[in-house]
Amino acid sequence: MTTTGKIVSVNGNMITVAFDGAVAQNEVGYACLGDKRLMAEIVRVRGRRCDMQVFDSTVDLSVDDRVEFSGELLAAELGPGILRQVYDGLQNPLADLAEEAAKISTDASYFLQKGMYLPGLSRTDKWDWHPTAEIGKRLTAGEELGYVTEGIFKHRIMVPFKCTGVWTVKELAPEGDYTVTEDIATITDASGNDMKVQMMQRWPVKVPIKCYAERLAPTETLVTSVRTIDTFFPVAVGGTYCIPGPFGAGKTVLQQTTARNARVDIVVSAACGERAGEVVETLKEFPELTDPRTGKSLMDRTVIICNTSSMPVASREASVYTAVTLAEYYRQMGLNVLVLADSTSRWAQAMRELSGRLEEIPGDEAFPAYLESRIAAFYERAGRVKLKNGEIGSVTIGGTVSPAGGNFDEPVTQATLKVVGGFHGLSRARSDARRYPAIDPLDSWSQYPSVIESERVEKARTLLRKGNEVGQMMKVVGEEGTNLLDFIDYLKSEFLDTVYLQQNAFSDVDASTPEDRQKVMFNVVEKALFTDYKFTQKDEARAFFMSLQQSFIDWNNVRMDDPSFESSLNSLVKRIEEAARV
Amino acid sequence: MFDNKVYHKIDALSGSVATLRAEGVKYNEIAEVTSRAGVSLAQVIKLDGPNVTLQIFAGARGVDTSARVRFLGETMKVPFGDELLGRAFTGSGEPRDGGPHLDSNKVPIGQPSVNPAKRIMPNRMVRTNIPMIDLFNSLVVSQKLPIFAKAGEPYNDLLARIAMQANSDVIVLGGMGLKYDAYLKFRDTLDKSGALAKTVMFVHTAADPTVECMLVPDLSLAVAEQFALKGKDVLVLLTDMTSFADAMKEIAITMEQIPSNRGYPGDLYSQLASRYEKAVDFDGAGSITVLAVTTMPGDDVTHPVPDNTGYITEGQFYLRNGRIEPFGSLSRLKQQVNKHTRKDHRTIMDALIKLYASYKETVEKQSMGFRMSSWDEKLLKYGEMFEKEMMDLSVNIPLEEALDKGWQILADCFDKTEVGIPSKLTEEFWPKS
Repeated sequence: MTTTGKIVSVNGNMITVAFDGAVAQNEVGYACLGDKRLMAEIVRVRGRRCDMQVFDSTVDLSVDDRVEFSGELLAAELGPGILRQVYDGLQNPLADLAEEAAKISTDASYFLQKGMYLPGLSRTDKWDWHPTAEIGKRLTAGEELGYVTEGIFKHRIMVPFKCTGVWTVKELAPEGDYTVTEDIATITDASGNDMKVQMMQRWPVKVPIKCYAERLAPTETLVTSVRTIDTFFPVAVGGTYCIPGPFGAGKTVLQQTTARNARVDIVVSAACGERAGEVVETLKEFPELTDPRTGKSLMDRTVIICNTSSMPVASREASVYTAVTLAEYYRQMGLNVLVLADSTSRWAQAMRELSGRLEEIPGDEAFPAYLESRIAAFYERAGRVKLKNGEIGSVTIGGTVSPAGGNFDEPVTQATLKVVGGFHGLSRARSDARRYPAIDPLDSWSQYPSVIESERVEKARTLLRKGNEVGQMMKVVGEEGTNLLDFIDYLKSEFLDTVYLQQNAFSDVDASTPEDRQKVMFNVVEKALFTDYKFTQKDEARAFFMSLQQSFIDWNNVRMDDPSFESSLNSLVKRIEEAARV
Repeated sequence: MFDNKVYHKIDALSGSVATLRAEGVKYNEIAEVTSRAGVSLAQVIKLDGPNVTLQIFAGARGVDTSARVRFLGETMKVPFGDELLGRAFTGSGEPRDGGPHLDSNKVPIGQPSVNPAKRIMPNRMVRTNIPMIDLFNSLVVSQKLPIFAKAGEPYNDLLARIAMQANSDVIVLGGMGLKYDAYLKFRDTLDKSGALAKTVMFVHTAADPTVECMLVPDLSLAVAEQFALKGKDVLVLLTDMTSFADAMKEIAITMEQIPSNRGYPGDLYSQLASRYEKAVDFDGAGSITVLAVTTMPGDDVTHPVPDNTGYITEGQFYLRNGRIEPFGSLSRLKQQVNKHTRKDHRTIMDALIKLYASYKETVEKQSMGFRMSSWDEKLLKYGEMFEKEMMDLSVNIPLEEALDKGWQILADCFDKTEVGIPSKLTEEFWPKS
């Protein structure tokens, strides 16, 4: 007998429900509105009443409307068929929603219909099941029973994550094509209870999946092909990083290029409360682009969770959790997954809205007191793990932050900085000067290993700081008041910035610099930076660096397999050597 | 229709908000409040057990505790049809122009958001015949762009110009907190140019009740959406969104909501976004383009309203000293269209802006008393011509003419080797003297 209740109050997207029976915190319920059922989640229980946030518009609900509780937490459907999908925050496939809505009318097909929910995984698609476990084998949650082929991946079918203790394989369905809901195995627990297993399992999104042997330290660089990041402010496989920046500083472009070029197996992109237009760009472009590593469409390795800014606020929170849950699922198959959340500030704002409706005591800027712990718990779901079969898998999380007024002192940025391993602060000054990516080379930091040895990177950064100081000073005393050596240091830092830190996201070649190319480039840059030059005049020095810069940028646009790559490299080195003091 | 329940006892009144006990009321339902202050519509904004909280559109002044409240059983609707064209309405959808009351074919406002899977990549330009827009920051169909300006800038004149000149099928103008003479000016300007016949106006003037101000964007966008579904390209002009945000602030404070930043409610971003995100190019139907004035209190772009807006919109125009600033103004979508216009478009756009930036530096040098070189003199001549013949808001020429004019200005001021344009293009486009 499921618990039911009645609405006693409606305030924005929050309803209060008087119930009979038992309910759980974060349990999902449905508010009945005529023949529609609106999904909602319990956020607080007080006596015989609970407060629920509704994942849909509450318009037309009234007091005494019926609420049915499901007995389940908000869960994602896990199984083959997730890749290539575009979901909303509650894992409804958007294309299917449009098709379903078209049955009402053509006009209706354009809109997200209230109370319309569809399964995240197709119930009719069949998958080629290959059993690999043996009858009688004793397994625990997350261990392999067999696999199916999902695009370019072997999609592992595992003992369901909810299973505790040791289970014995009793039966396995023969090889063949099955849907995600057909039984493919029977397993037995220690007390002899049988359980039928299907390819699809459900898992509550707010609970981390922990069916691995141990967690490992994030010690390996995750190559994003963005030079500033990989060399100066690296991201680690299984690490976390954040990108705060004011509007127009290029957060989204940076996330998009990362989604395209990062050296990972799967990218889960969560557009949380951001512009729909940008999602559409990804939607239309990714299927056309090829993944340089597999030669297949980029979409084959991508999942998009999109809850744009005009979609129901309550599902914003769900969208980031859904994204990380799907990522954790693929990690269980020994894959490296990257979660890109754009933007976590919108999720924090959704928490603030709800907290206000619950009349909780507000913290800084009216954000709830639990803001920090929620953000921390979210980023903690990243990690590199050793699975029970010895394979290694990882989830890396990169979140953008949209600070009010571009001021990093606000609560969401500060709460995020405490828990991430990398900080890529975007600066308005850099983006105004069209220096992209606008990652501030002086303020940003990372605790992860770079593709270049750390002493060499540190030396280059010291020069950047020096150049910046000279630049500041020159604004006051002018070029005339600056001595030649300082001036050369300034030119060197500008050179480093222009040819290495700045990268053209819209150029075919320059947009993506793989690790080996970064090493070659950095060698030349270092040579240019740490050569003692013979110049005696500022104009002479400036002319040299200007022309070197121009040739270097041309070289940045030459493919590595092009014959002129090597000759350009040699000529650059030669020009530096010729200008050196003997 | 007349079985709706009628109540006669209001328990609490505060600001424009009234609370009474009622049964069977739906969230966001509309009610009609009749009192000695007259008849006004009201909307249910909170249900708490038997207590219903209403927001009275005309304000609660003069509403007595025994006022008659009749619940209408439906949410806010706006009439729709071609007969709307050329008409002006108030923020509660009543005729403002003395024309007939429209009651047919009503459509609900604030409908669900568009399924992102049914949007298409924008690729058509909205031509405005204003060079600072068409040439430098092209407006694209389905784009949402704010015009950031401080109070006193001629932003309404700019909107009126755009309304007159834009190549859209339908114009919807939403005025919030407008001065009455500004409304009259809009009406007369559009009337004179003949654009009024394709325009619908929803105007809240500064003297009207605050609540009506909050309804203007929803009414305007609901109407725009209906036209767009019928295949029309609709341009929605909103002025001023800061008044809209301030109205929300006022109501939120009356409702004793916890403010987040400078008194604005915590959901300011979501509220603004749900309006701006109505901008769309439907896959298989028409489109909505939104251009919205956002005044910046104290000329401060980090004020919560422009700041939140910047995160939502696809670029921004800065209106300063009566001109659209070439620096800072940005149309994020211009790349989608300016590759298809004329092959010199992007090059001349970059060249003109770079030289204008150099001109600015020269002006600075000049003001500091440095000696002007012959190059500086050329730049000074160029800057003045550029400001007068391109930036001035009264310049009204199609894009192609503006491109030609760009070349002409360059030729008048510089030698063709000095402008940093590849010789392939100068050979083709440099004016022959």
